[in-house]
Amino acid sequence: MLKGRHLLDPTDFSPGELDEIFDFADQIIQSPAQFNHLCDSSILATLFYEPSTRTRFSFEVAMLRLGGKVVGFSEPTSSSVAKGESVADTIRTVACYADIIVMRHPKEGAPRIASEYSPVPVINAGDGGHLHPTQTLTDLLTIRSVKHQLTGLTIGCCGDLKFGRTVHSLIKATSRYPGNKFILISPKELRVPDYVTADLAAKGITFQEVERLDEVIGNLDILYMTRVQKERFFNEDDYVRLKDVYILNAEKMRLARKDMIVMHPLPRVGEIAYDVDSDPRAYYFKQAKFGMYVRMALIAKLLGVS
Amino acid sequence: MLTITSIKNGIVIDHIHAGLGIRMFYQLGLDKADYSVALIMNAASTHMGRKDIIKIENNVDFDVTMLALIDPNVTVNVIEDEHIVRKVKPELPERVEDIITCKNPRCITSVEKYVPQVFTLVNRELGQYRCQYCDEIYTVGKD
Repeated sequence: MLKGRHLLDPTDFSPGELDEIFDFADQIIQSPAQFNHLCDSSILATLFYEPSTRTRFSFEVAMLRLGGKVVGFSEPTSSSVAKGESVADTIRTVACYADIIVMRHPKEGAPRIASEYSPVPVINAGDGGHLHPTQTLTDLLTIRSVKHQLTGLTIGCCGDLKFGRTVHSLIKATSRYPGNKFILISPKELRVPDYVTADLAAKGITFQEVERLDEVIGNLDILYMTRVQKERFFNEDDYVRLKDVYILNAEKMRLARKDMIVMHPLPRVGEIAYDVDSDPRAYYFKQAKFGMYVRMALIAKLLGVS
Repeated sequence: MLTITSIKNGIVIDHIHAGLGIRMFYQLGLDKADYSVALIMNAASTHMGRKDIIKIENNVDFDVTMLALIDPNVTVNVIEDEHIVRKVKPELPERVEDIITCKNPRCITSVEKYVPQVFTLVNRELGQYRCQYCDEIYTVGKD
C-alpha cells in the first residue's frame, strides 16, 4: 500500500512496490490521455530550497498532466524561509494547504525531518550530495524498459561519485536486485562516500573502484555518467590530468558493448561529447521523459488515486 | 616511576586505548568532580603496549554504554573494600541520541538545532554508526 507514504530514500519501497509504480508508469506511457483527470482535486506543493530546472519541471508537469494543481517556491529567498523559518514549521504550514509535498534542500536529511512533521506524503527531490530517489525511479524505469530486467547487470558509474547524489541513490537501489555488480570510475578524490561502499561490502556485492573509463567500458551493461566539476578538485594539476579521462566520446564508445546503454541524470556540461548523441546506445534524453511518467505514477500512487 | 595508590571504593576504567582516556575523562564530567580521580595516560601494558586508565574514588553512577562509544574495548572494574567485585564490558547500544554529533557539515542537523542527533548501529564488529538523516558513518574509537 503506497497511499500516504513518504519517499525519502530509494529503498523506502520494496522491489515489489517499485514494480507497482513502474507498471502504472507503463500504463500511463501507453495511453497518457486516459489519466488526464486522475488528480483533478489535488494540489502539489514544490518546495525548492535550491535551484532546479528539470526535476521541478518534471514534477510540475507530471501533476499538471494528471489534472492537479501546483503551488510552491523555486528559491528560498521568495518564501518565509528567508526569514529564518525552520523546516519543521514550513512543512507543518504547507501541509495544511497541499495534498502532497516535493522538497529539494541543500542540506542532507532535510526531507526526512519534513516527513517527521508532515501528515501528507513528502517526496525527496534531492538533498545535498546525499540522495535523489525520484531520479533513481527514473533510472530504474529506463533500465527496465530498455534492458527488460533489473538483475544481473554490470553497472558502471563514472565521474563525481563523492557528491553525486544520483549515483548514491542508484547504487543503493540497484544493489537490492540479485546479480548486479558495480564498477566505480572516478578520481581518488571523488570516490563514493564510505557508507556506500560499506553497504555494498555488507551485502557481499562485488564492486571495483578504478580511475580510467577506457579500461573498463567494455565490461559494462550500463554506463551512468556524471559531471566532474573543476571546483571539486584539491589542485588544478589533478583536474587537468584527469578531466579528459571522464569525458565520454565516440572513440571511447567504440570500446563498449553493442548493447551497453549510456545514462546521465542531466544536465551535462561537457562530460558526454555531442558525437555520442546520435549513438543508439545514448539514452539520456529518453531517460528524462521516463522521469515525467514515473513521477506521474508516483504522485498518483502516494495520493491513492491510481 | 609514577605511583598512584589503589582505591578503596569506586571504579577503575581499564584497557582504554592510549589517547582516548582524556576524551572519556571529559565525557564523564570528571574534570568537575569533587572527589579523587586520576587519569593515567600511556601506562605500560603487556597486551596493548600502551593504555590509558581512569580511577574514580567514588561510587558514581554513569551509563557504561557511553564509554563503549569512545572505546568499545574498555573494562569497567567496580571496586569495594579494595577488591574488584564486578567487571563490566560495555556493549555498543543499537541507537544513540544526542551523544554522537554528526561531523558532516552538509547534514541538516548542523543547522536545524531542534533536531536530535540520532545514530543507529550498522556494524557492531567495526563499531560503525550511521546518522539517521545524512547516513554519515561514525566509527567508534576513530572519529
